[in-house]
Amino acid sequence: MQRALTLHQTTIGKKVAMALSGVILVGFTVGHFLGNLNLYLGQEAMDGYAETLQSLTPVLWGTRLLLLFAFGVHIASAISLWVRNTQARGSRYKKRTDLATDYAARTMYWSGPILLLFVVYHLLHFTILPDHPGEVYRNVVEGFQNPLIAGVYMAANVALGFHIFHGFYSAFQTLGANHPRYNSYRRDAAIAISAAITIGNLSFPISVLAGLVTL
Amino acid sequence: MSEELLNLTLHVWRQDGPDDAGRFETHQAKDITTHMSFLEMLDVVNELLIENGKSPIAFDHDCREGICGTCGMVINGVAHGPQKLTTTCQLHMRQFKNGDEIWLEPWRASGFPVLKDLVVDRTAFDRIIQAGGYISIRTGSASEANELPVAKEIADQAMDAAECIGCGACVAACPNASASLFTAAKISHLSLLPQGQAERQDRARKMVAQMDAEGFGGCTNHGECEAACPKGVSLRWIARMNRELVRAMVTADAPIESRKR
Repeated sequence: MQRALTLHQTTIGKKVAMALSGVILVGFTVGHFLGNLNLYLGQEAMDGYAETLQSLTPVLWGTRLLLLFAFGVHIASAISLWVRNTQARGSRYKKRTDLATDYAARTMYWSGPILLLFVVYHLLHFTILPDHPGEVYRNVVEGFQNPLIAGVYMAANVALGFHIFHGFYSAFQTLGANHPRYNSYRRDAAIAISAAITIGNLSFPISVLAGLVTL
Repeated sequence: MSEELLNLTLHVWRQDGPDDAGRFETHQAKDITTHMSFLEMLDVVNELLIENGKSPIAFDHDCREGICGTCGMVINGVAHGPQKLTTTCQLHMRQFKNGDEIWLEPWRASGFPVLKDLVVDRTAFDRIIQAGGYISIRTGSASEANELPVAKEIADQAMDAAECIGCGACVAACPNASASLFTAAKISHLSLLPQGQAERQDRARKMVAQMDAEGFGGCTNHGECEAACPKGVSLRWIARMNRELVRAMVTADAPIESRKR
């Protein structure tokens, strides 16, 4: 206990906590996307999938608690590091030119809170206060037929893509996996996984708006 | 090569002392040859300031051949200026054009308080080294050179990390003013070599603790430090430092202080 506490008190320990909790969250995001592909198999498949998940009570709540824990660790570490990093600069530069920072890295402090707000909205929209409890397919299709709601989901998923790109790429570095021989694969993997999740998730509201998925 | 003379406008950070708020002052640098180094250009500006009874611009410098790590300032938003892999003293005026405006600022970090103008106090780096950046060996007469075998690849890697001259550009360039690249280079350099094994676990723990205690930020993997580093010290050493620290925390015996309890 002493050792784990000591590690987490260092900036590196906090980053390790961010990386490990991030891996859990990315893993969930992939699973969530794959499950949602049931939308393309029709109403029966989607609602059946949802019912199966609901019936596996220990698995469902185990996953929910794990995710809650991962979110808690991820957010607490982020806030702690953000406060520290802001104080570490002291006075600001008048001129500042970035040499290496990419868009995803620069916007992590924005994409993070946006995703948190989106997760709250998403849970309220489909899980906690759905229009038609138990009718997942109908809730999704009717929801995405509203261009405003579909737009919110699409914007959030673009933010998710950038967040996962930098997070996934960085997690390797934070956890000590940086080797010239594998670094290009690391970047390719980050691009592949963030692009797959973003494009895949964007396809759901687009398909509904385009009338390819209907009630 | 042109023999053109440059006339430049400098916006220089002036700060009378650690407690002064500081402000920008505008000075003209006239008839600067492109063969001058950046610091020689500042010498010319300072001579004129002194002639006019004004206080010269304070900046750090020593060897002026790019190896001591003493010089350094943020030039137009880039630590050590626009030329890659080059310290401020080795930056030459041919990198600039006639009529350029140049903004000069000190390294800005809570861990590097400004002493005067462009001079900052970098003793935080010394304290990080004192915390564990050493090896304990019997000095005395040199041991036989081949007594300790070191593989060529390992020696090369240790040398790459040891290229760090401790100038502080990594801290200046980092969006979080993190000293990770410096600390990582030192930890990696020693942990790779057989002589560094004795204190290996303590070193990672103590140097990281000191780095944090000095008020530097954490690493967010932006890569600004590596891009600004005049010696091309690689981000991979930060990954190695993280490995060293986690290994020390997870596998080492409890620290001596806490064992008594």
